[in-house]
Amino acid sequence: MTADRIRSSLVTAYMVLFFGYLFLPLIIMTAATFNTSRFPTVAPWMGFTLDWFTVLWNDRAMWTALWTSFLIGVGVIVLAVPIGLSAALLLYRLHSKARTVLYAVMVSPLLTPGVIIGISTLVFWDRWLDVKGGIFLTVIAQSSFIAAYAMLLFMARLQRFDLTLEEAALDLGASHLQVFRRITLPYLMPAILSAAFIAFLQSFENYNTTIFVRGLDTTLTVYIASKVRTGLTPAVNALSVIMIGLTILGAFVYELARRRELARQESAKRRAVQADMALAGSAL
Amino acid sequence: MKEVLRRYGPGLTAAIVALCAFWVVMLIVLPQLLMIDFSLRPSLPPAKLGGPEDVYTARNYVTLWNNTIHRSIFLQTIWASALVTAITFAVCYPVAYFMAQVARPKSLPLLILLLVIPFWINELLRTFAWYIILAFNGPLNLALVWLGLLDQPVRLLGSPAGVIVGMVYVYILFMVFPLYNAIESLDRNQIEAARDLGSGWLRIHRRIVIPHAKPGIAVGCIMTFMLAAGSYAVPALLGGPSSRWFTEIIYNWFFEGGNWNQGAAYAFILLVLCVGFILLMMRIFKVGLTDVAK
Amino acid sequence: MSQDIELDHVTMRFGALTAVSDVHLTIPAGEFFSFLGPSGCGKTTILRMISGFMEPTSGVIRIGGEDMSGIGPNKRPTALIFQNLALFPLMTVAENIGFGLEVRGIASADRRRRVKELLDLVALPDTADKKVTELSGGQRQRIAIARALAVEPAVLLLDEPLSALDLKLRQHMRSELRDIQKRTGVTFIYITHDQGEALTMSDRIGVMSRGVLCQVGDGRSIYDDPASAFVASFVGETNRFTGRVIAAAGGRAAIDTPAGKMVGRNPRDLREGDEAILFVRPERMVPADGAADHNIVESPVSHQEFEGAFVNVFLEPVQGRTIVVQTTNAGTSNSNGAGNPWQPGATTRITFRPEDAVVLPQSEDVS
Repeated sequence: MTADRIRSSLVTAYMVLFFGYLFLPLIIMTAATFNTSRFPTVAPWMGFTLDWFTVLWNDRAMWTALWTSFLIGVGVIVLAVPIGLSAALLLYRLHSKARTVLYAVMVSPLLTPGVIIGISTLVFWDRWLDVKGGIFLTVIAQSSFIAAYAMLLFMARLQRFDLTLEEAALDLGASHLQVFRRITLPYLMPAILSAAFIAFLQSFENYNTTIFVRGLDTTLTVYIASKVRTGLTPAVNALSVIMIGLTILGAFVYELARRRELARQESAKRRAVQADMALAGSAL
Repeated sequence: MKEVLRRYGPGLTAAIVALCAFWVVMLIVLPQLLMIDFSLRPSLPPAKLGGPEDVYTARNYVTLWNNTIHRSIFLQTIWASALVTAITFAVCYPVAYFMAQVARPKSLPLLILLLVIPFWINELLRTFAWYIILAFNGPLNLALVWLGLLDQPVRLLGSPAGVIVGMVYVYILFMVFPLYNAIESLDRNQIEAARDLGSGWLRIHRRIVIPHAKPGIAVGCIMTFMLAAGSYAVPALLGGPSSRWFTEIIYNWFFEGGNWNQGAAYAFILLVLCVGFILLMMRIFKVGLTDVAK
Repeated sequence: MSQDIELDHVTMRFGALTAVSDVHLTIPAGEFFSFLGPSGCGKTTILRMISGFMEPTSGVIRIGGEDMSGIGPNKRPTALIFQNLALFPLMTVAENIGFGLEVRGIASADRRRRVKELLDLVALPDTADKKVTELSGGQRQRIAIARALAVEPAVLLLDEPLSALDLKLRQHMRSELRDIQKRTGVTFIYITHDQGEALTMSDRIGVMSRGVLCQVGDGRSIYDDPASAFVASFVGETNRFTGRVIAAAGGRAAIDTPAGKMVGRNPRDLREGDEAILFVRPERMVPADGAADHNIVESPVSHQEFEGAFVNVFLEPVQGRTIVVQTTNAGTSNSNGAGNPWQPGATTRITFRPEDAVVLPQSEDVS
């Protein structure tokens, strides 16, 4: 009994340590934002300040980088989400050996280091097609693996799709395009929204792939990395704090939406069962 | 394919196939193939391209073998990535086990959320956090001196240890979730039964939990190793001359050495390393590609 | 114009398996036709071929004389009611019913009017704005029918739509379906493995087994004059006696069974020496009085099954099969005392008239 208790308190201690390890660095980084010290640190504490946010606000290079990242993120949504959707729809209908091969090729970017995706994209597009590094090439390179994430999301949702709905619509006279627009697409809408969200976030955060294909453009992550090495001030912390804040907010909204969707499905199922029971009762 | 056409009709099928073909051909297959092709050619000025010197050669690969510095950095990258993978696994296994089998269902959503939040935060920002901690006058040195473990601050930034500590931190969540998902599907009764039969804790883990969690372990290790070996942000921020990473060499071939062919050869070697590791893991843990890519 | 449905020597193969084998049949416009058979007999395949989701391997399907080959499901004058109904969960009831009109580009005012008519037809006038997930099973059933009728199909195809309902509701929906069919005059092709459904609703029934259409006829002829051993044993309860034909004359055949000589009708012209089975319905078996040299079954009563108006009396097996006799409840009570021939334990002599029994070839038996 006591051995168990010792073990369980050890486990608890370990969990506390683990989560401390996860969050302490982020907390320290956040705290350093509000220190007057020119170098981001928490000790010695030289006084509370919000000046570093002002410094950040007045940094034109930061705004340019932010805009570039935003453009690339939107580009990736536009390219990677339709590709992922098409791939999922295609794999959903294939049942041959070709499916296995195609699936392997399509998920391979997820198992390829980001730098290699950047390099191969750069070499192919620059040397063979004469497309130089920049915003467009960054969108291309990032989409090659972000589309795979989107595809997996769509495949998961399609797995629960009731195929007879498409057949019913077709049977009622709808054209293939009408079936897709009125039945399949609305069903996939939640997955499309989360795929777009994840695609944007992945793109926005990307560094390893981007550094090879960015050309002369600077994304926000590239900007942060260069600032850390040359001219680090707590203004970088201020930017990090803002990004972390937005990320946490986004994660919360995403989680909430996901759970609400789950709850909605559950309650719809429950209501139908109740209606059935009521009718069975009234029929007797 | 007939099934696809019958289901989606000609217009939609054409759009689907076109998008998939663009992705597979232009973004995945051709870039990889031509990167290999490129790595097998000498670096030539534009005027000489297609000329008599533009022939296939293994010279770019021989360079890695002959250049002792690059070779040792390559080996060090493998070794350090393996170490990162092993440490991450050791740190994560108890956490994943606790969450999957021990934690009360009520507290589980909170625990998962606490794990998810850092997971969402940019890799670069998480690395940057460690940059501050590891700084010469940073909190870690300060704490170690204050505790009497050190007489005076030491250089943590730029040391191999700093890079490894940072990587463990950055990639830890790619290990936790696969492990958690795998252990979570284990029926608690199996553990109870083994315990009932008088099995010790160590034996339970060795004989029941770990064999069950094999696919998760494989996925976690593959992801962590792949990310570590291919990492550029962490060594670039936390590393120094004594802890150079293979990716940095590749980057330099491209943007400082100006020899793309050489860089492509090095990149291909890195790719082969990662594919080799994936195959090794799939072999050891006897899992298929569908288990891995989820 | 008459919109008859013709299946002209239709065959469907999946690799080595023949799911539908040379089905040749015409279903006249306005008929309620049922395909009846056990699961895997090919009836669903026929339905999917008529609706256009599958193309037959050989043979032609015509609707109103027009060859349907190569015409997709969205271009055929058919509407299918799916087994799971396949109502669109993200749409309201009105949007579901109006869907077929919407994709045809019908103006929304006309659509609304038509939806209202159909909701009245299926007696659910106040459900237009409800979500389909809020409806009960029976209500969903009616909405599915309304949705299919909205496109004014020449033929409505129904794929066991009642199988998900409980017994009481199912019986209620049978008469409602029949009623809707009579009022709209649309051809119904209904597939089911439930003989009760087929017998109560259909004008004609096609019985299927292993891809073959065994017999087509109205409910009474299928029940009373089965053309094969399979039809006799699949449709309705029946007693069977196996033996060899010892005499055949005047439309009758006599077979020799271990239980004695049995005589019945001989529709298939079996000859002396043929292996045969004699089938007789439980309700055609009556207590025997007097002596006869044929159609006598003598066996102890095993137990009774009280169904209300009727009682099923089970006799100890003859030839390895329990004999069932159905009789009215008069005089079957256990308290009637001695002389009650239905009392468990009492040995009973049963007989039946030769015209109530049928002798069929044993070679086609499947059970």
